[in-house]
Amino acid sequence: MKKYKHMHYQINDKGYYGEFGGAYIPEMLHANIEELRTRYLSIIAQEDFQEEYKDLLSNYVGRPTPLSYARRLSAKYKSKIYLKREDLTHTGAHKINNTVGQILIAKRMGKTRIIAETGAGQHGVAAATVCALMGMKCIVYMGEVDIKRQSPNVTRMKMLGAEVRVVKSGSRTLKDATNEAIRDWINHPVDTYYIIGSVVGPHPYPDMVARFQSVISDEIQKQLKKTEGREFPDKIIACVGGGSNAAGAFYHFLDNKEVELIAVEGEGLGISSGKTAATIRTGEEGVFQGSKTLLMQDQDGQIVEPYSISAGLDYPGVGPFHAHLFKSGRGTYLVATDKEALAAAFELTKLEGIIPALESAHALAALKKIVLLPDDIVVVNLSGRGDKDLEIYSKNGNYE
Amino acid sequence: MSRLKTLFKHKNSNILNIYITAGFPALNDTILIVQELEKAGADIVEIGMPFSDPLADGPTIQNSSQKAIENGITLSKIFEQVTEIRKIVQIPLILMGYFNQVLKFGVVQFFSKAREVGIDGLIIPDLPVDVYKNEYASLVDEIDLDLIFMITPQTSNERIRMIDKLSNGFLYLVSSHSTTGAQQVLQPSQIEHFKRVKTMNLANPTLIGFGISNHDTFTTACQYANGAIIGSAFINAIANASDLTATIHQFVLSITR
Repeated sequence: MKKYKHMHYQINDKGYYGEFGGAYIPEMLHANIEELRTRYLSIIAQEDFQEEYKDLLSNYVGRPTPLSYARRLSAKYKSKIYLKREDLTHTGAHKINNTVGQILIAKRMGKTRIIAETGAGQHGVAAATVCALMGMKCIVYMGEVDIKRQSPNVTRMKMLGAEVRVVKSGSRTLKDATNEAIRDWINHPVDTYYIIGSVVGPHPYPDMVARFQSVISDEIQKQLKKTEGREFPDKIIACVGGGSNAAGAFYHFLDNKEVELIAVEGEGLGISSGKTAATIRTGEEGVFQGSKTLLMQDQDGQIVEPYSISAGLDYPGVGPFHAHLFKSGRGTYLVATDKEALAAAFELTKLEGIIPALESAHALAALKKIVLLPDDIVVVNLSGRGDKDLEIYSKNGNYE
Repeated sequence: MSRLKTLFKHKNSNILNIYITAGFPALNDTILIVQELEKAGADIVEIGMPFSDPLADGPTIQNSSQKAIENGITLSKIFEQVTEIRKIVQIPLILMGYFNQVLKFGVVQFFSKAREVGIDGLIIPDLPVDVYKNEYASLVDEIDLDLIFMITPQTSNERIRMIDKLSNGFLYLVSSHSTTGAQQVLQPSQIEHFKRVKTMNLANPTLIGFGISNHDTFTTACQYANGAIIGSAFINAIANASDLTATIHQFVLSITR
């Protein structure tokens, strides 16, 4: 147990979370990543940065987001359940916390052209939004499959002035959109800033994105102090694709062992079906898109195409932050199938009048999978709203 | 002395290094292609290990890699093919591929196996020189393989010196800010970049790659470096070739004429 006691969950000075992370990048990206690595912490620490960031979070994004006590859900699960309402942010998901931070970094680095990748379209919308706000050029890479299943977000990005580039390589989903964004950056290293949407990619991205998302757990602390008289929950549950909303929700509780950190991956049609996005459950150590992490791969080290009904979870890797929390035993990593997530989404809608994003519905599905005590204070991070998923909800609706 | 060192000792200009994708266009074409490239006058062959997510590659090599994987290429198949190739081919052979496959195979096991089948050098674009040095170099020090690293227009002189010091075989001088892909002409800014590196008088020979596609770009590159690497243009040439052998000879002749 001694090892556990001395375990660190934050990034170390070499850019690793335990054995995971680092910057496995082609030389073509070295100068860009090095510039970002040497400057991001000092830029974030600047007073004018903090002022502008906080002002935008409160007066543009709409923070702090409420921590809603879910009365009927609590009654059903016989526990005290709170929902952290990231669905109520401007643009409808936690993704904007990160893009607001990164656009301010891009501006201070003198970059003029912004690129981003997107799966569900929430990060693409959040990137396009801050680019419109700052008057910057924005190009979003999105897989052809995702464009079809999240079409409202494509319209939003276009309306916001972004150019949406259709990615037709590989599985035509999030991983391929990320490949194309990285290739774009290789081709435009001088004027372009790449806003990554999750805690993935080479160091310093995972740490930078986690820091911007940590506003979620910072607010949870303050809000619980008011409602419960203590700064931490017993359990906190979040869904994981790349893992940014979970990283933000766990961030300030990492060293508090009284808080159980529960992450939920998209199981798709079930692990045994092979149609899954449960990276941590089925993956092995590897290097992908710039960092060492857990990956879905075959015996020959080829990346396996993931599957989840939720475009935001449909990713074969996971942030090194999570690979380390899993490996060290600090985090509990569960899975929820498409069906379980859909049922949870319909349940929340009926009990609380909130339509969650399909991604967040995976976190809600975990309520059926864990032991809940009557006195437990449980926070579910409701990472986004379900507007973008109406077509899927409508198809799968159980309205008899 | 390694095959690469011997080569550069006897020939220090107009070195032609051709990149091929293993298992492309058909699974077992690899052997014939390398054999014919040697006969046609290529000095080095770089054999690409097809990866599902080749970050540093443009559309041509993305497509050839995908096709090769569909054809059934695997690392063990590549090692079998190289074993056969080594029985009939004398020129230096380099493996180029992405780090995840090396890691999955086992870094030490991969290096040993590559050496055992007759590979002379490795290019792993997403294994940065510093990471290699700090985390893996000590494990594979004993294995006699040349590690070839890239330098780009953005690589500082100081970093070029550091990479030069850690490299063996040659330095891969990336011609522009780009992923791999054929280009018809070289721009003045690229020539400036080549000149900068040439005047540094590095310890290793340099070969220019990315965007080298024809006689003109090859000849220009050879004015500033010991030679050049052609990839996408060759892949395009053989992709739909009805007579592979004739196409290979014509292609090499069109470059070196």
